[in-house]
Amino acid sequence: MNEVVAPPASAYFIVKDNGTPENHTLSILVDNEPGVLARVIGLFSGRGYNIESLTVTETEHEKHLSRITIVSNGTHSVLEQMRHQLERIVPVHSVTDLTVVAHAKGYEKPLERELAMLKVVATGEQRLEALRLADAFKAQVIDANVTHFIFEVTGRTSKIEQFIAIMAPLGLVEVCRTGVAAMARGPGIE
Amino acid sequence: MNAKKRDFDGMEMTGAAMVLQALRDNGVEHIFGYPGGAVLPIYDELFQQDDIQHILVRHEQGAGHAAEGYARSTGKAGVVLVTSGPGATNTVTALQDALMDSIPLVCITGQVPTSLIGSDAFQECDTVGITRPCTKHNWLVKSVDDLPRVLHEAFRIATTGRPGPVVVDVPKDVQFALGIYQGPKIAESRISYKPKVGANLEQIKSAVALMAKAKKPVIYSGGGVINSGDKASELLRELVKETEFPITSTLMGLGAYPASGERWLGMLGMHGTYEANMAMHDCDVMVNIGARFDDRITGRIDAFAPDSKKIHIDIDPSSINKIVHVDIGVVGDVAYVLEQMLALWKKEKKKHQAKALKDWHAQIAKWQARNSLAYNQTSDVIMPQHAIERLYEASQRSGKETFITTEVGQHQMWAAQYFGFEKPNHWMTSGGLGTMGYGFPAAVGVQVAHREALVIDIAGDASIQMMMQEMSTAVQYGLPVKIFILNNQHMGMVRQWQQLLHGNRLSSSYSEAVPDFVKLAEAYGATGMYCDDPNTLDDMLDDMINAEGPVIFDCRVANLANCFPMIPSGKAHNEMLLPDEASDDAIATAIDSKGKALV
Repeated sequence: MNEVVAPPASAYFIVKDNGTPENHTLSILVDNEPGVLARVIGLFSGRGYNIESLTVTETEHEKHLSRITIVSNGTHSVLEQMRHQLERIVPVHSVTDLTVVAHAKGYEKPLERELAMLKVVATGEQRLEALRLADAFKAQVIDANVTHFIFEVTGRTSKIEQFIAIMAPLGLVEVCRTGVAAMARGPGIE
Repeated sequence: MNAKKRDFDGMEMTGAAMVLQALRDNGVEHIFGYPGGAVLPIYDELFQQDDIQHILVRHEQGAGHAAEGYARSTGKAGVVLVTSGPGATNTVTALQDALMDSIPLVCITGQVPTSLIGSDAFQECDTVGITRPCTKHNWLVKSVDDLPRVLHEAFRIATTGRPGPVVVDVPKDVQFALGIYQGPKIAESRISYKPKVGANLEQIKSAVALMAKAKKPVIYSGGGVINSGDKASELLRELVKETEFPITSTLMGLGAYPASGERWLGMLGMHGTYEANMAMHDCDVMVNIGARFDDRITGRIDAFAPDSKKIHIDIDPSSINKIVHVDIGVVGDVAYVLEQMLALWKKEKKKHQAKALKDWHAQIAKWQARNSLAYNQTSDVIMPQHAIERLYEASQRSGKETFITTEVGQHQMWAAQYFGFEKPNHWMTSGGLGTMGYGFPAAVGVQVAHREALVIDIAGDASIQMMMQEMSTAVQYGLPVKIFILNNQHMGMVRQWQQLLHGNRLSSSYSEAVPDFVKLAEAYGATGMYCDDPNTLDDMLDDMINAEGPVIFDCRVANLANCFPMIPSGKAHNEMLLPDEASDDAIATAIDSKGKALV
């Protein structure tokens, strides 16, 4: 075997991005065709962007248009690059950074809602407590028998997180969440 | 042609016939491909017609690179036809190469019948999945009714905006199925695809205003000028003439401004000239025209042209501010933007800062006097730089229109430095991806498009072995491509980096078993030549150029020559390593601990 030495340099010049990372919500209107979601998420994984939340479904059936809502995290320059890269994808019609739109209108965030289902298995006092708290969070009981509830709760991500945290010690066994759906405030179409 | 379109529009035909008709309707004359089970119906159609010539390659990667060379030398889309599975996966390197260098390719792949997709059938692979990140767009056509639209759309997307490769995956049952053919006009319907051509006039105005105030300007042009078409190169030349700005270019942009031009600084970047890199570093206004601030160009980003205002013209919005923050970003086609720029410059009777510019030119002349491309040619060993210069002279003597392709490595940089490029579209090299094996098949593609021209692949002894099998293609079609190998019995660039960065530990970079290239050429039915004597080089080069068929020229050069000038890792443009300073000591310490710490 040859002598072992310390690893030296390489050919690339790395510059640290000193910007502060922020969460932004992107709304992407796309042709609903096979592979379109793979193109979008492939771009994110291929270029090393984060996905915090992802929601997609067809929203305009006649035109076969789907809306993809992605919450991502990055510095200003990364977020701008993300938008431009998304716009290069052929079936992408438009990309809107809803967080930027909200900031321009004087709000911290766009309107964001999530739906979650929580399965809670409990009896006795715990069961009553779960029901009381669900009522306080305006959660609906959508399935139940004598040993369990399934709650449906809608709201901002922070509210969902809080509800899950509260239910955790009360017999929470399963959670399902839709991810964030978001829209800009006001009458304008973004 | 129009009569044909009318005749076939609305006619019933098979999917395979539609492929051929769509190729005709999109002006295709040559395609590069390799048959196999899943494209047999299309090959059967090819057999029964004469409008489109099929060039049978020996490896699908070769088809891809040949189509790239064809595209780059003609400005048209290159077309590839391959079978499913391995046929498709073998094209991946060429597709990514075309994506990174913005070359329009339309690659048609066969696929197993739709009913078998997903069953791990023989020669099945997820072609659209595999090629999704290495194409501008791709399609799996599941119904013959979609086929004409997709094929026309494929050409439109490949050739418009920032050009790039596309893949159309056609299952075998769709090739057999009958459907109604429609002409190219239906492809216009896709509304989500809006390539930008025009540009924001206000931004062009501010750019012109900034240029008029520049005291130390430099134009840095790239492959985007070539892709924009001949007009863009003409306009670029006019702009340089009007403004008297000095101009440098990336590897991809060579030829847009002539190497013999008065304001030419030579190539810039890692192996660029001293004057080009110093001008970039010291400039006060930089005009980037169709280049993308690649890491081989910028060197250390935080020390890149630190005192300059930057203008960036690019057709792709994502290129602006991607690597380097610019002051004025102009999104649009180079030809369009340059035309507006020139019109404004003339209309407003803009004048450059004559006095300041004179000083700037004088400063540049001093840098040029440094003669950063100097080398020592002795009478016993051929220096690689000398070989390229003699090759250039020989090609000039021949009076033939000359196209140069290259592989990747030292020879590529020497070709870029020492061969003078006067015209756009005459230089084909793998810039972004750096694909060894690109040059020879690309030369085959160029020669298919330009039968009478002199087409030379400047190669290295390692690179050429990656796509050597295409010699069989060249011989079959009588394509007199010349392979000029700078044989130093090493992977020269790898060896150079090992010398600079890895304590000269030459791990696997010595070519232990180089074939006898003369015998190899003869085995293929081509001509082999060998030269290791500087005194006979010129005569032998003339023989090579005058030979009727393809030639492999084994040119033995100094084994351990390094490619200089060079910006070492972690350094800025003004910290270049010049050939006369590159003593063993300087090379050993060229990269400081900080540079070595870079990933």
